[in-house]
Amino acid sequence: MSVLVVRDLHVTYPPDLPAVRGLDLTVAGGEIVGVVGESGSGKSALALAVLGLLPPGARVRGSVRLRGAELLGRSDAELARVRGRDLAMVFQNPLSALTPAHPVGDQIAETIRLHAGATRRAARTRAVELLDLVGIPDAPRSARAYPHEFSGGMRQRVMIAMAVANDPVAIVADEPTTALDVTVQAQILGLLRAARDATGAAIVLITHDLGVVAEVADRVVVLYAGREAESGPVRDVYRRPRMPYTIGLLGSLPRLDGARRPAPIPGAPPPAGGPPAPCAFRPRCPVGGPACDVAPPEPVLVGVGHRVACADPAATLDPSRVFPPAPAAPPRPPGDRRPPVLRVTGLVRHFPPRRTRPRGRPVRAVDGVTLEVRAGETLGLVGESGCGKTTVLMEILRLDRPQHGRITVLGRDTATLTASHRRALRRDLQVVFQDPLSSLDPRMRVRAILAQPLRTHRVARAAVPGRVAELLDLVGLEPALADRYPGALSSGQRQRVAIARALALEPRLVLLDEPVASLDVSVQAQIMDLLQDLQARLGLAYVFVSHDLAVVRRMADRVAVMYNGRIVEQGAVGAVYGSPAHPYTRALLDAVPVPDPSARDRADGRQRTLRGDPPDPSAPVAGCRFRPRCPAFPALDAATRRRCEREEPPALPVVPGTDQDAACHRVPR
Amino acid sequence: MTRRLPGNRRTTAGAVLLTALFLAAFLGPLVAPWDGERIDYAAFRAPPSAAHWLGTTQSGRDVLALTLQGMRTSLLVGLLVAVLSTGFAAAVGMTAGVLGGWADRLLMFGADLLLVLPSFLAVAALAPSLGGGPGLVPLIAAFLWMITARMVRAMTLSLNRRDYVRAARYLGVGPVRVVVRHILPHLASLLIVDAALNVSLAILTESGLAYLGFGAQPPDVSLGTLIADARAAAPVYPWLFAAAAGPLVLIVLAVNLLGDGLRDALDPAIARCS
Amino acid sequence: MGSFLLRRLAGHTVLALVAVSLAYLLAAAALHPCEPPAPPPAAASAGACRSAGEPLAGRYRAWATGVLHGDFGRTLDGEPVAGELWRRLWVSARLLLAGTVLGCAGGVLLGVYAAVRRDAAPDRIITAGTFLLLAVPVFVLAVLAQIAAAELDEATGVRVVAWAGEPGGTFGALGRAADGLRHLALPTAVVALSQLAVYCRYQRGVTLDVLGADHVRTARAKGLRRRDALLRHGLRAALVPMTTYFAYTAGLALLTGVFTEQVFGWHGLGEWVVAAIVRGDVNVVAAANCVAAVAVVLAGLASDAARCLLDPRVRTPAP
Repeated sequence: MSVLVVRDLHVTYPPDLPAVRGLDLTVAGGEIVGVVGESGSGKSALALAVLGLLPPGARVRGSVRLRGAELLGRSDAELARVRGRDLAMVFQNPLSALTPAHPVGDQIAETIRLHAGATRRAARTRAVELLDLVGIPDAPRSARAYPHEFSGGMRQRVMIAMAVANDPVAIVADEPTTALDVTVQAQILGLLRAARDATGAAIVLITHDLGVVAEVADRVVVLYAGREAESGPVRDVYRRPRMPYTIGLLGSLPRLDGARRPAPIPGAPPPAGGPPAPCAFRPRCPVGGPACDVAPPEPVLVGVGHRVACADPAATLDPSRVFPPAPAAPPRPPGDRRPPVLRVTGLVRHFPPRRTRPRGRPVRAVDGVTLEVRAGETLGLVGESGCGKTTVLMEILRLDRPQHGRITVLGRDTATLTASHRRALRRDLQVVFQDPLSSLDPRMRVRAILAQPLRTHRVARAAVPGRVAELLDLVGLEPALADRYPGALSSGQRQRVAIARALALEPRLVLLDEPVASLDVSVQAQIMDLLQDLQARLGLAYVFVSHDLAVVRRMADRVAVMYNGRIVEQGAVGAVYGSPAHPYTRALLDAVPVPDPSARDRADGRQRTLRGDPPDPSAPVAGCRFRPRCPAFPALDAATRRRCEREEPPALPVVPGTDQDAACHRVPR
Repeated sequence: MTRRLPGNRRTTAGAVLLTALFLAAFLGPLVAPWDGERIDYAAFRAPPSAAHWLGTTQSGRDVLALTLQGMRTSLLVGLLVAVLSTGFAAAVGMTAGVLGGWADRLLMFGADLLLVLPSFLAVAALAPSLGGGPGLVPLIAAFLWMITARMVRAMTLSLNRRDYVRAARYLGVGPVRVVVRHILPHLASLLIVDAALNVSLAILTESGLAYLGFGAQPPDVSLGTLIADARAAAPVYPWLFAAAAGPLVLIVLAVNLLGDGLRDALDPAIARCS
Repeated sequence: MGSFLLRRLAGHTVLALVAVSLAYLLAAAALHPCEPPAPPPAAASAGACRSAGEPLAGRYRAWATGVLHGDFGRTLDGEPVAGELWRRLWVSARLLLAGTVLGCAGGVLLGVYAAVRRDAAPDRIITAGTFLLLAVPVFVLAVLAQIAAAELDEATGVRVVAWAGEPGGTFGALGRAADGLRHLALPTAVVALSQLAVYCRYQRGVTLDVLGADHVRTARAKGLRRRDALLRHGLRAALVPMTTYFAYTAGLALLTGVFTEQVFGWHGLGEWVVAAIVRGDVNVVAAANCVAAVAVVLAGLASDAARCLLDPRVRTPAP
């Protein structure tokens, strides 16, 4: 039975920006419907409109019915009786979504008292039960703790406890796992599924991540520019996508198995409130015809419950004809004969404890890291937040004597550099940051941004304009963009500018700090293609830092997995992904949601989720750092267990003669 | 973008009012019928008339002329103090933020110290030895920079951690150039707004000092001394009091409107880079 | 929480000690009691003039030793400073405390109200009022209040509010209380009004920031109405930055007191210190500075304590 029915929903933000333009959505009880879309697709506006929480000034039209009762146009007081009781919401950012001033138990109890009219005492008891239910350890004590004392994953558990407190008939979850690490994401997705099973609620799961949808959703709705592009049962849509956008989007996704090199969709998703072309995807569509320019395509049925809003569904019968797979990258010569451009040995970086905590311990952000990058090669550095991967990059970039260990860049030991040598070396070592909006000075034009490295390193004044034009061309930007400010560029264009700036001085080693993490899926694929293309043409070596294992699989030749300040496993990408030797690598790979619904059955058979949170780098663990979370540890024999508890495992080759190393006592030598 | 900024109306109102007051103060004497220096022995505490638009004082001086003179003092002191104190605050705040470490701790201790020190009393004690004239400007400025300096420091710290500043540094851009190119431009709006608000604080301080007798000394005239002179007889001779207090209130109101409007107008910029 | 406050107390105390010393040195160096144009009063002890000639360091040492023993030295007239100080402190405190509490509370309430009714008529009226009030210096405000009171008295024919002088009637307990109230009303109102505007502006700003906060939206999502969500989940967060403003505004409040006493003829600390500066009475100025510095430090401490109570993140840092 349909619990939540949205019909012809329109949302317009002031002054006149349409965010949602005629959307239908039906969710049955006990069903999880995934709503996916890139930025500007209107997915968050949809969530807020359903809850009636749009900011003042936004206009809504259409119909939102919960169990047949219309919600749109009702007063705040009437809606307040529905919200939190029949209709609950889980927000994206658990860090700011809980009130910092009240204990979490009270915040959950408040929901119960508001709707169930329970006594203060009964509500509090129930809150503790709920906390226990969502897997918060020591619930009675945790109920009295404040939100800031919890990790992100734990706070999201609290949010879910709050959402299910009154057995709602529908839950809207807006990017509930976006801010979380993969291992924690897997826990939260499991919890959402459990919440659905327990309450029988209809769940709308809004996300940008096709993997998450494949993992938990029953049906999927793909949004594009505020309209439905395609919808249907997850299996059908993923196996036989019919809308060119869906085809391109699924093709853009990097895969863990590294099977094929996807072809990216050209261009960028339109910003919210873009021009209402008949079909918003028309400018990026490779198979569009005259029929697309007539009227907005109405969704048509192409299978059982599978609808697609395309004027010419016949053209998309064979997905490989829409976006043909790109030719495979040419095989590259093995890296071990090329000279190393970067060598890091036993690098240590501890930060002093924060002054606000009197008896704080130093933060051991990087605690003995050894790695090597050869010319023209990409080393992927993966790990969860706080594992120290970015600190490694920053230590290399400082080009200064590290606290311990040694860094050698292009054969020069950074501890012995003079100021002028250091400056000269900066030409060869460059960096691209995660968020291009913050890495480009908003008050400088693109031209000035690209000229800055040239001026700094005294390139002849007359040569600068030519070089700027060259750089723009190199990263695929039109010359006209040189006069824009970063604020007037799309995020993909901005990242191209950041890459061009890094390449201005023809470096030999580029450090990439999550360069595609803040980009939309379709743009991500373009930037990855660009980076690989530039590497092949210019012979660059990359250090590619990322939390996303699929992205690293696609970009890297070799990969190093970091955990709590140390590298636990490294080796050729194929070897590490194919046969991970360290239990952490294995757990990470298992936790990544795969954008293939049929993988779900495969997954259900084994222990996929890693317990607990990413570790606190200021609280060192004796012996193996991963031991407290290690799924293999309890099953080990007593002798090995004792070693895990006492000795920090050294990194040793997994198979003699290969370069796959793992730091685990369990690996047979 | 031509979108109407929220602070625009206030900014305009403040700017227009302030310009009018400036014009009146500096061009007024050309129009006014009575010269400030002369004493009219035929009129003591005379109500407003054609010869004395705002009447005369107890000693027969023309109130309008005195008021205009007082406005000139207030406006000049306000402007100079604001420029001086905001400039100093910017220098201190940026130095502390960029250098960090001991320099930072020392400078901020200095700022905190002056915040705890009863600054008005200190200024009052020191003012007479500086003659109450132009010497007042650096003295008032010396006690007005602390909060601004703290704000500048906080913002410099936040800007310093910004990715584009780090990117510039990793390109090999020198520290001075980083400050000039990437930090100062982003502080500009904060400094402009703050300078505007410091103008009103300076004017209030100056007139307060003068009111208590620590500021301008005769024959110099300030709105503060005029208010002090007119106070006792205010219920009986309201025009004397109104002529002195009115312009003061108007000046401060204009400056506050301007500063507040500027902040609203520039706030998106401030918000974006903080 | 305790350790946080203790650390803050230590920091504040060091600051206060240095500030007080600096204030003495400044006053001692700048004020010359025995020179024209401020001739020493007839009764001035010869000692005061003689000591003014001694080196600054020695005078400071003598003064500081005295202060540590609770002795603030003697006035130019040869009276002990301490006795008069405590008497006048009570007069000033009575005026300032009541005014500050009223102004602070009123300003916060009005600010929240204006923010909730943003851009509606009440907000516009409140905003216009605060702008005007901020532009009126205390000494003008006080005189205006006096004029208004005089008009009121004249219109009603009864002396409803006393617009000058300190309370001091002799008509029994009830009469004294009524008289005290009459005398207190106007100056307190002036002190309150001058601070109300400042707090109202700040509070409106921080409340507007909180209105759009994620956790207020969460509170609405769980079934609270917009107003309840703001009051129960937003207000506390909005009060946290106000505690910092409170510390900054403390100095301003003291200044308000100086002017208010001056206009209303209260014989409080403010009036005393102004007269002392004119006469060049170093010990009185230094003693008043001590009181002011201590008051500012106490206000800072109070604001820290308030922040501690309002924000659990200060009490228990994240693990």
